[in-house]
Amino acid sequence: MPNLEHPAYPAADLLRLEGLVPCRESQVSTLLSIFGERQQFSFPSIFIYGHTSSGKTYVMKTLLTTLQLPHVFVNCVEYFTSRLLLEEILIQLQSCPSGTEQTSPVHCDSLSDFVRLFKQAVATQELQDQTVYIVLDRAEQLREMEANILPAFLRLQELTDRNVTVILLSEIVWELFRPNIGCFEPFTMYFPDYSIGHLQKILSQNHPPEYSADFYAAYINILLGVFYMVCRDLKELRHLAALNFAKYCEPVVRGEANERDTRKLWKNIEPHLKKAMQTVYLREISSSQWERLQHDDGEPGQLKGLSAHTHVELPYYSKFLLIAAYLASYNPVRTDKRFFLKHHGKIRKTNFMKKHEKTSNHLLGPKPFPLDRLLAILYSIVDNRVAPTANIFSQITSLVTLQLLSMVGQNDQLDGPRYKCTVSLDFIRAIAR
Amino acid sequence: RHLLELLKRTTVHGESNSALVIGPRGSGKTALLNHVLKDLREMEQVRENLLENPFLSGLLQTNDKVALKEITRQLQLENVVGDKVFGSFAENLAFLLEALRKGDRSSSCPILFVLDEFDLFVHHKNQTLLYNLFDISQSAQTPVTVIGLTCRQDILELLEKRVKSRFSHRQIYLMNSFDFKQYIKIFKKQLSLPAEFPDESFAQKWNNNVQHLSEDKTVQDVLQNLFHHTKDLRSLHLLLMLASSAVTVHHPLLTAADLQEASRQHSTDSKANIVHGLSVLEICLIIAMKHLNEVYDGEPFNFQMVYNEFQKFIQRKAHSMYNFEKPVVMKAFEHLLQLELVQPLERPSARAQREFLLMKLLLDSSQIMDALQVYPNCPTDVKQWAASSLSWL
Repeated sequence: MPNLEHPAYPAADLLRLEGLVPCRESQVSTLLSIFGERQQFSFPSIFIYGHTSSGKTYVMKTLLTTLQLPHVFVNCVEYFTSRLLLEEILIQLQSCPSGTEQTSPVHCDSLSDFVRLFKQAVATQELQDQTVYIVLDRAEQLREMEANILPAFLRLQELTDRNVTVILLSEIVWELFRPNIGCFEPFTMYFPDYSIGHLQKILSQNHPPEYSADFYAAYINILLGVFYMVCRDLKELRHLAALNFAKYCEPVVRGEANERDTRKLWKNIEPHLKKAMQTVYLREISSSQWERLQHDDGEPGQLKGLSAHTHVELPYYSKFLLIAAYLASYNPVRTDKRFFLKHHGKIRKTNFMKKHEKTSNHLLGPKPFPLDRLLAILYSIVDNRVAPTANIFSQITSLVTLQLLSMVGQNDQLDGPRYKCTVSLDFIRAIAR
Repeated sequence: RHLLELLKRTTVHGESNSALVIGPRGSGKTALLNHVLKDLREMEQVRENLLENPFLSGLLQTNDKVALKEITRQLQLENVVGDKVFGSFAENLAFLLEALRKGDRSSSCPILFVLDEFDLFVHHKNQTLLYNLFDISQSAQTPVTVIGLTCRQDILELLEKRVKSRFSHRQIYLMNSFDFKQYIKIFKKQLSLPAEFPDESFAQKWNNNVQHLSEDKTVQDVLQNLFHHTKDLRSLHLLLMLASSAVTVHHPLLTAADLQEASRQHSTDSKANIVHGLSVLEICLIIAMKHLNEVYDGEPFNFQMVYNEFQKFIQRKAHSMYNFEKPVVMKAFEHLLQLELVQPLERPSARAQREFLLMKLLLDSSQIMDALQVYPNCPTDVKQWAASSLSWL
């Protein structure tokens, strides 16, 4: 049903637009009603925010190209300084209405040049009576540029006295953008996230032709059931759907089950999806590695992601050094006497300890310790006698280079170097085996 | 009116002056100035003298060099060929001062300088441009008027002493000081179509509708809400534009429901919208942070603590949440960082581990509870966890 109606634009275009943007009809109709007819003035600036992959860039692009409104599309991460940004806008303006590739280089240093050149560029072409749209994607980068860029863009209509609208797309809410002394408030619009029904509808649209739509829809259902709690991002879900579909179809291909046998298919795919969550979702294995792993099925060994691969083989004394460093970082100095000496006394709980008992050291992170303490603990945990040779010290330095220990403080300290242990308990446990 | 008098005196009698127009954002300073200038040009005596009018904006001209180039370009002085301005900053300045100094009261035409965002000009180095402009306006040379528009109330303290002494200390304050009744009248006036509208009968119907609306109780409530929030006329414009964009061929007259819808859209809490779109795991992390804030009275926390709280919840109460691995939880946490709902207290250095970086939560606990009410598909045990923290560690 043609939801989008607008007298200024031909109905065929609107129908095509509707087909391209499922589940976003209300946003598109709001935008259309704000834009109005081609030559009417609109809001000077519009700010659109919404989650990642909620379709902001896609909808904006399709809307402007389908209806053939003159626009300039710039990504602020790509053009990260003000000069690059302004020059790119002017260059795109030159090829705007006719779409020709003839662009001459433009030299634009500052905003006042930009305003002047903009007025010239708009005057020379048939853009005179139409609204020109400047779309800035990832607009949060504008905050990092010079301080006058953002307020100037918000007021561009007033400063240039022409029919132009600036549209800012971002994930971050407007309150975090506002400069301290205030600025011209734009019209803010929210692109709501897709609900689970919407996600299902959109994902089911790209089903491969050899299987039926119902089959694929059931697959998407299962996928969403596992991953919906963790992630609602359309791009990630699409990536996961594409990767795991081959495995899902395997029983059907091998002839063990037909398309309706949901239980068998579910039993087949479930451990697979759980493995996927730990690896591909975290991007620890690339998608080609994943597909290779699926093909040589055989022995479902331990799937090691990147983090497990960092388990380096360390020489004998280095392992002890690292364990000693971990103990030194996470145990307070007071308990050393108790743990490491043969004859220890009782520890009296002071007032200080009582107050701070609640924050366990494990939560706060490693504390720095001096070199002598490290060596003392090392001597007490290694069974046989360890001579303080240069070997030991060079191993300490190589641990620092591997970033398993980190040096705290400047190079020339009077008490000797201080270190901190930067690995976690799981790593230590893995080494200790 | 003061402004009009002032400008008239400059152009007709050749007196030099300076003034500052101060008012908060959206109180109509630029609009006032444009209006006055239009009136001025229409007056008889002014049309005889040519009035040159360089318009400078603090946003665009970020330092004196650029400002000077802009002035020479707009005044069409002799060292401008086409659009380029030749010569260095010092030469240009000398040339400009010469040109301005040569005239006297009777023979040359008055120049009106308008400086928008005046507070940004004050931050230029040494305030040379301001100094020179005010200097000329005080001495008996070409009649020059300098008008500055700004929104900072303490602008006089920012001026240097020598600049301040040359300024004539004339300030015009603009405040939005109307009350609610006048606000409604403004509302009516903005919406009514002017008499020159081509379709007479439609204009009549429209204006009657507007009259009707302004007496309607719901509409008055909406306007009252907006009025209490800000007296700024710009927000009123925004609201009205939004409501009028709902007018189509099938729906030719504005109704109260349109205004209500527009007001609701205008005043939604944007952070609540963002929280609405988070996944369940991320919501659990936010609840964990909220509990940490309550227990530790707002002290900053790090990822390890949040993960601990989350583990406690999973082990004791959760039936619907699967115990996710730590890297998966870390990815959810980093998503929250990217959305800027959680902000680190200091920039992350290369040496410190990411899990132990101290952060603070940028959401209020009442915002979180409200957002949870409207969150779709929220498992009930998560909701219960939010309402009562696990009171023993």
